[in-house]
Amino acid sequence: MTNQMVGIEINDLHLSFGETEVLTGVNLDIQPGEFFAFLGPSGSGKSTLLRSIAGFGPTPQGSIHIGGRDVVSLPPWKRNVGMVFQSYALWPHMSVRDNVGFGLRERKMPASEIAPRVDAALELVGLSHLADRMPNQLSGGQQQRIALARTVVVEPEVLLLDEPLSNLDASLRVQMRRELLALQRKLGLTTIFVTHDQEEANTTADRMAVLDKGVIQQIGTPQVLYDTPENLFVAEFLGTANILGGQVESNGGAKRFRTSAGDVLPLSDGHEGAGSIVLRPQNMQIVDQAGADTLPGTILHREFMGSQVRYIVRTSGTEMIVDQFHHVGHDWRDTGSDVHLKVNTNEAVIVAS
Amino acid sequence: MSNASPHNTGGPSLLDRLPASIFPRVTGLHAAALIIAILLIGLLIIPVFQVIYVAFLDPNTGALTLQNFVDFFRTSLFRESFWNSFYVSAMSVVFATVIALPLAYITTRFNFAGSVVIQSLGFIPLIMPPFVGAVAMQLIFGRNGTLNLLIEEKFGVNIPFMEGLNGVILVQSIHYFPFILINLSTSLRNIDRSMEEAAQNLGSQGMRLFRRIVFPLAMPGYVAGAALVFIKVFDDLGTPLLLNVNNMLAPQAFLRISSIGISDPMGYVISFILVAFSIFSLWASFLVMRGKDYSTVQKGGGGLSRRDLRTGEKIAAYAVVAFILILVLSPHIGLTLLSFATIWSFAPLPDGFTLQNYVVMWENSKQFITNTVIYAGIAAVLDVIIGTAIAYIVIRTGIWGRKSLDYLATAALAVPGVVLGIGYLRVFHSIDIPFTDKPMASWWVIIALALMIRRLPYALRACTAALQQVSQALEEAAESLGATKGSTIRRIVIPLMSGGILAGFVTSFATAAVELSATIMLVSSESDAPLAYGIYLFMQTPSGRGAGAALGVVAVIIVGLGTFLSQLMIERDKKFKSTDQSH
Repeated sequence: MTNQMVGIEINDLHLSFGETEVLTGVNLDIQPGEFFAFLGPSGSGKSTLLRSIAGFGPTPQGSIHIGGRDVVSLPPWKRNVGMVFQSYALWPHMSVRDNVGFGLRERKMPASEIAPRVDAALELVGLSHLADRMPNQLSGGQQQRIALARTVVVEPEVLLLDEPLSNLDASLRVQMRRELLALQRKLGLTTIFVTHDQEEANTTADRMAVLDKGVIQQIGTPQVLYDTPENLFVAEFLGTANILGGQVESNGGAKRFRTSAGDVLPLSDGHEGAGSIVLRPQNMQIVDQAGADTLPGTILHREFMGSQVRYIVRTSGTEMIVDQFHHVGHDWRDTGSDVHLKVNTNEAVIVAS
Repeated sequence: MSNASPHNTGGPSLLDRLPASIFPRVTGLHAAALIIAILLIGLLIIPVFQVIYVAFLDPNTGALTLQNFVDFFRTSLFRESFWNSFYVSAMSVVFATVIALPLAYITTRFNFAGSVVIQSLGFIPLIMPPFVGAVAMQLIFGRNGTLNLLIEEKFGVNIPFMEGLNGVILVQSIHYFPFILINLSTSLRNIDRSMEEAAQNLGSQGMRLFRRIVFPLAMPGYVAGAALVFIKVFDDLGTPLLLNVNNMLAPQAFLRISSIGISDPMGYVISFILVAFSIFSLWASFLVMRGKDYSTVQKGGGGLSRRDLRTGEKIAAYAVVAFILILVLSPHIGLTLLSFATIWSFAPLPDGFTLQNYVVMWENSKQFITNTVIYAGIAAVLDVIIGTAIAYIVIRTGIWGRKSLDYLATAALAVPGVVLGIGYLRVFHSIDIPFTDKPMASWWVIIALALMIRRLPYALRACTAALQQVSQALEEAAESLGATKGSTIRRIVIPLMSGGILAGFVTSFATAAVELSATIMLVSSESDAPLAYGIYLFMQTPSGRGAGAALGVVAVIIVGLGTFLSQLMIERDKKFKSTDQSH
């Protein structure tokens, strides 16, 4: 099953359900063979965007090019886009074999060719022995794989996965996401994966787009998005973030950040003006001595999480979440004790507001 | 759990020390289960088996024989009746499908403002017993009915809508199509949108998509509805009788028993065939349905995708719905007109209108109405008591054989009213009413008991549903605070089930009030007759039709009100329970 790898280009896509606009000015350029994720909270429009690529739902304005061909006005059955549904959507009245062979039969392929290709697809997902079962005799993980086999057997140009792991239990989810990635690499199939789970997106995607309220907030590799969020939504949605409002000031030649509560932190760089500083829990250490790059605070709460200890520290402005690695023999800080937070400002990000 | 009295808490009583295998511990619930089992066996199983047994007995020698069946199929009237019953049932399924299919399709596939109308179409026919509307249908669709008079005037032809078997088919399919509509709509609605989208995604569309995905997934619902229609029509006695179509199985059974007597074997042979067909249809539909719970709707999913209708389609859709609505309402309209008519004969509409029919009805039917209230009341009270007990025993206890109580009670669904009536006549003929020397078969109490057995399945379903909504933790909380089993049931379970029990009572009462097929066999004198029998008597004479229609209107109002009330109670109960949960 070799494919001519194709890219997907979306330009200025708008979509409304009646009065409510669910997608606003979406622009995307997905590379051939890329594993791309749409990440966002529920209602962010990520599934709607995926469905409009497959051709479901109302026809959007704008263009969707798949391999250079504009498909925006084509019905789903003329797009050659493979989609795996969140519910798997295996037809309960057909055996596994008939489910997988469905698309080939629709393509009027002779039965003698269908059988070997169905076998090959089942082989690919490792479930050849279940060919004659009915879908309701399969476990969730098996149904997922059959749904995948049913989709890839028709050799679609792109593969769309709508929350494919959400109906599986936690341990299976980790295993399946690795298998999905391995399969995608093997087939070299341009793939879009919709999820609300950042861990799933981070561990599988080459690049991802974070969506909120129908608007793409930022596009990039998982690492870029985590390390350099462009806005507060992305900063807060990916991982845990402490956010202090304030402004960047000039201090002679150097820059510094003054929080709204009046604390000052030195910066190596930054544009002057109002903004917020984003601090990850691991960007700070709890120390006893005050310094130029510390904030004073009181420990409110302590949670032991295994590899690390999480402290909630009240500073003059807000409550900060601070993670410290746990080492055998190290004493923990007691709640109520007064401490200082040493901020690694070169790891911090300033987001303009 | 123990029934031991507080006095002997000091140690195990003598009873407790006896070996359990020889002296089983009997609680109140065990006793209740036993009494119910005896009742069901005595009032359902024995009469039905008696009927089947007699069908295989030589009437003269009392030896087992197949001769009765040979005689049956040698008689051309019976062969014709058998074929007619089969033909009428099958055609009723066909016409009911023709009515139901467009309605189901329009409501589930399109955004259609008339869907509310279609929803009500689903239950309007069911609130009128089919035989009640039969005469009114004659006046509208008959040879000299409204429609044919108009057609004849315009085109000079007469269409035999109501001639012979056609009439039965028309009345039955209008009455029973909701069973197909409801089942088919439910299974269409239970198909998740992704089922259809997955097929489109793989290149399928249009009729192929419908044929390969939508249709097979909706099939189980359709089969369930169609099987129900088939059985109901096959077993029905009232409609053919009122339309004077006697060459069908149920009327033949009735006529043989009522004219020749309970020793004539043909009534039993026919009964055997009716029961066999009922069981066979249920079994066949069970086979088709087995392993095919195709309900695929996901949480948050909403059935098949719907699209807006284009203007032309919208007009067509409204035309179809309006046509079917008029058709479905025609028995109701005809009945109402007839009940207010002075004379209605050879005319599109009655000559004039009057309240006289209601006066005549009231003067002659007081006894019928009183009897109906007594019989249906006794039946419904017993139904909910037994229904609650069975529900509790099945769901909450581990009593041996508890499931069979449920099966036994539900089995009444497969027993046609005629058959139960004949069975009661046969069994209770030889037993005297206590303290008298008259046979029980002519005692009015038997009618109430037959109604009780016939409506028990409905009450049982309502009670089971009600109990399933009561969390067991609520009972355990009461028991842990010291309440005994009996007191827990009385003070916690029954009050919480009350909405469902009441709904079950109303359904049983309303449908028992208009039951004809079993009662017509068991009524021994006019003074013992209930309302449905009264309508039948009135309708026998042309002069009584007006008053009969008035009584029919009363019956429709009783069933309609009952349906409305039980729906209201179920809704109220749901609301009450849901607010309860939020605390």
